[in-house]
Amino acid sequence: MAIGEVPVVPPPSAMRHARLLSTWGEPPGFFGWFKKVHHTSIGTRFIVTAFIFFVLGGILAVLMRLQLARPENRFLGPDKYNQFFTVHGSTMIFLFAVPLMFQGFGTYLVPLIVGARNIAFPRLAAFSYYIYLFGCLFFWVGLLLNIGADRGWFAYVTLSGPDYSPGKRVDFWAQMITFTETSALATAVCLAATILRHRAPGMSLNRMPMILWEKLVLSFMVIFAMPAVMLSSSMLLLDRTVGTQFFNPAEGGDVLLYQHLFWFFGHPDVYIIFLPGTAIVTTLVTCFARRHIFGYAALVISTISVGFIGFGVWVHHMFATGLPQLGESFFTAATLMIVVPTAVQFFCWIATLWNGRVQFKFPMWWVAGFFFVFMIGGLSGLMLASVPVDTQVHDTFFVVAHFHYVLIGGAVFPMFGALYFWIPKMTGRMMNDHLGKWNFWLFFIGFNLTFFTMHFLGLRGMTRRVYTYLPEMNWGALNLLASAGGLLMAAGVLVFIVNFFWSRNNGRTAGADPWRAGSLEWAVPSPPPHYNFAELPTVNGREALWDAAPRQPVVIGVREDMRETLVTDTLDADPDHKMDSPEPSVWPFWTAVAVSVLFIGSVFSAKSVEYTSIPVAITIIAWYWPRWGESQRRKATEIWSE
Amino acid sequence: MRIARAAAYATLLIAAGCQSNHSMLRSSASRQAANIEWLYWFIFWISLVVFVLVISFFARGSARSQVDDEEMAPVLPQDEERDRGAKAGVAVAIGITVVTLFVVLALSVVTGKTTAGLTSQNPITIQVIGHQWWWEFRYPNPQADLTVSTANEVHLPVGKPIVVLTTSRDVIHSFWLPNVDGKRDLLPGYQSAFTFQVDKPGIYHGQCAEFCGEQHAHMGFEMVAEPMDEFQQWLQQQRKSATDPQDITTVRGREVFLTHACVLCHTVRGTDAGSKVGPDLTHLASRRMLAAATLSNAPGSLAGWITDPQRLKPGARMPANPLQPDDLQALVTYLRSLQ
Repeated sequence: MAIGEVPVVPPPSAMRHARLLSTWGEPPGFFGWFKKVHHTSIGTRFIVTAFIFFVLGGILAVLMRLQLARPENRFLGPDKYNQFFTVHGSTMIFLFAVPLMFQGFGTYLVPLIVGARNIAFPRLAAFSYYIYLFGCLFFWVGLLLNIGADRGWFAYVTLSGPDYSPGKRVDFWAQMITFTETSALATAVCLAATILRHRAPGMSLNRMPMILWEKLVLSFMVIFAMPAVMLSSSMLLLDRTVGTQFFNPAEGGDVLLYQHLFWFFGHPDVYIIFLPGTAIVTTLVTCFARRHIFGYAALVISTISVGFIGFGVWVHHMFATGLPQLGESFFTAATLMIVVPTAVQFFCWIATLWNGRVQFKFPMWWVAGFFFVFMIGGLSGLMLASVPVDTQVHDTFFVVAHFHYVLIGGAVFPMFGALYFWIPKMTGRMMNDHLGKWNFWLFFIGFNLTFFTMHFLGLRGMTRRVYTYLPEMNWGALNLLASAGGLLMAAGVLVFIVNFFWSRNNGRTAGADPWRAGSLEWAVPSPPPHYNFAELPTVNGREALWDAAPRQPVVIGVREDMRETLVTDTLDADPDHKMDSPEPSVWPFWTAVAVSVLFIGSVFSAKSVEYTSIPVAITIIAWYWPRWGESQRRKATEIWSE
Repeated sequence: MRIARAAAYATLLIAAGCQSNHSMLRSSASRQAANIEWLYWFIFWISLVVFVLVISFFARGSARSQVDDEEMAPVLPQDEERDRGAKAGVAVAIGITVVTLFVVLALSVVTGKTTAGLTSQNPITIQVIGHQWWWEFRYPNPQADLTVSTANEVHLPVGKPIVVLTTSRDVIHSFWLPNVDGKRDLLPGYQSAFTFQVDKPGIYHGQCAEFCGEQHAHMGFEMVAEPMDEFQQWLQQQRKSATDPQDITTVRGREVFLTHACVLCHTVRGTDAGSKVGPDLTHLASRRMLAAATLSNAPGSLAGWITDPQRLKPGARMPANPLQPDDLQALVTYLRSLQ
């Protein structure tokens, strides 16, 4: 089969390009920045912002490693250290991993992969970014004022309650959760709707690329998991601000209730972070093994079952609380059960490579890194699933090692692979492989030095979240080794940043499809124009570009003088109706501002909610206010107008 | 070569630390810890085999059909026939995975049962109460005045089941003696019980494992496991009230204690000091360590601790006590006499 010779979507004429841009183009200038609604603009913002917070969280990690390099070190002291580890963990989970892997890649790629001109509910997607950004700033302002949250990324009661954490520190954390989860929920709705109703004709459910399946499962996981943590953090906030007693044992409150609510979100969240990684690995393995993925049906079922079982394992974070043994055994079994779908995915990837025509281009290095690192994390997870072993290593550096192997292995290695793979699409320039290899080796060696060492520290009794340790414990040498590794990792990330800026100006031109890959985002120019597809594509198989017929039809009859989009049905992606996509608008921004004022105000005074909800109502009304021109135009096209 | 040397160095480091009184590896003092360690190593070896297998299949799979070409190669046509062998391979691999998981599950449940199901014929019962940031250990007795309360140093007889009743007065802490058994959270509002037995006499280090605030890092304790008769002797001694001071310095020291901030938080049985906010000091001098197993119990460190606890443990609940040098001297002498 020939690929790349017959473009599925032929390039438009200059006139057509201009016409499409005048309809779909993003508003220019400084004020235009606040009005943008195209998914590539929003996705890029998410990726860049989340990456900045990845770097900031990493800087905190390096500072913590410096503090721990020697016993009884006085570099940070307990107050700074507690703020740093809290903000590090919360930043990496809430401000980096989910926003980048789910929201950033999802918003940028999903509309392209389904073959649509924009995301469903683009204004909601824009709102989602602003509210995320304001949440980030709110949280970090606390740290910069030296009143940052200091009770861990989990903020267990009663330590985080009003009696033991006076002041506003924990409130920064609790309300940051509300910001970021509002944002994640908004994105989840946008992505689920895009995937279910905006797929190109022919892309029936059984022809969806794996990355769409994963984003769909993730969207539903977010919709079910995030409310639990918003609930627990809001109850905590109420305890702290208006004197409810949900978690105060002296008044009949319950400290374990908080843990159940938190981990009912917390464990699915691990999969919300890890599933995007598996989807990236599937995409890269398919592309670089030069064949369709092995075991598509098995992979789809695995992804869905991870989505379900992921909600049934949360108690394994609470094995040390002394729950009944039968209950604990149930959660051990569920935790071991989730290994099966994960193992199925690994076997399918290996089988794909085995019978493929492997071209080990640079993004594949990160897939190899993912295999190595994530396997170790998964296998130490096997030890933690066992209740007796868990009660020993729980809350020690062994667990720190385990989840960094899982999360950095399962998310950060695939993320770098994805960036090297898709940045050519986003900037139009190839990344530099030579610098990339420096990035890889520094990061890989540094990572293993830092975190493999921590397994030994944990087994030798070093507990987590300690700002220092006594010299008599003999943990000094291993800690020094771990700290050195941390510096190497930081150097690796620095090389990536240098590589990005260098390549953006000097890299080879990428062209539309540098990897000769199969999915639809490679059918459009790099970077994609704001209308994405000049001709709306149709799809013939799972890998749209590889399976395209020599004269693959395109969709006609969609207006180009206004933002008309095609809505298809959920199962077979048959054309269903046409719909107007919203125009650029500044109101998502103002709504986000108003909602932020409400969120922040509620931390300081419960009464303020009454007044600050007024601007929220006003901005939402303005957001939906119909425009004269628009309604006239619609009137003119109504076929049943009187 | 360099890697080999680094590996050898790392192994040495690890081996050096194995014989420790605060470790779950190769230093167990009880059957529970030994059982758990056995299970740990069992899963470890399974994991090692799985890791080597998966990584070698990945490497072989990537290498066997590699095309080293600058240009991207054409895509292979879809072919059911070609994947038939791979299908069988994946099915076998999934089968092995499921069997392995069941083995791990079964062993884990069995180990959990034997660890928890220690039959206890007239066990020793102790209470562990967590405080920010120190440990209260109580040996309850039906006769209230025979109940012993001590802090940060727990004595236990070897070869006898110990029932531990846990709770917390403020935030969540976690009681952990790595050489003896897994950890157990101390939850405010809950009282839970668990049982273990220490088999090897010795002094073991314990540590709070749940983040509990500023001085979580320095919330340690010591467990002294000793033969039954020595334990009984110790318990008898702890039941006594403090001895009255014999010489003029200690009398002065007691005056300092009772007229300064000390008395607001601490108890010395046999005197007017009876506050329960801080650790019971009736037999302070009999303990090996100070400040939750952070400082050795020597006159110098005691004086330093009293004068400025915030320098040694920033955030600790004990305030600084700027005493006159001779007052401090007398106070230290008095506290050192509380055997």
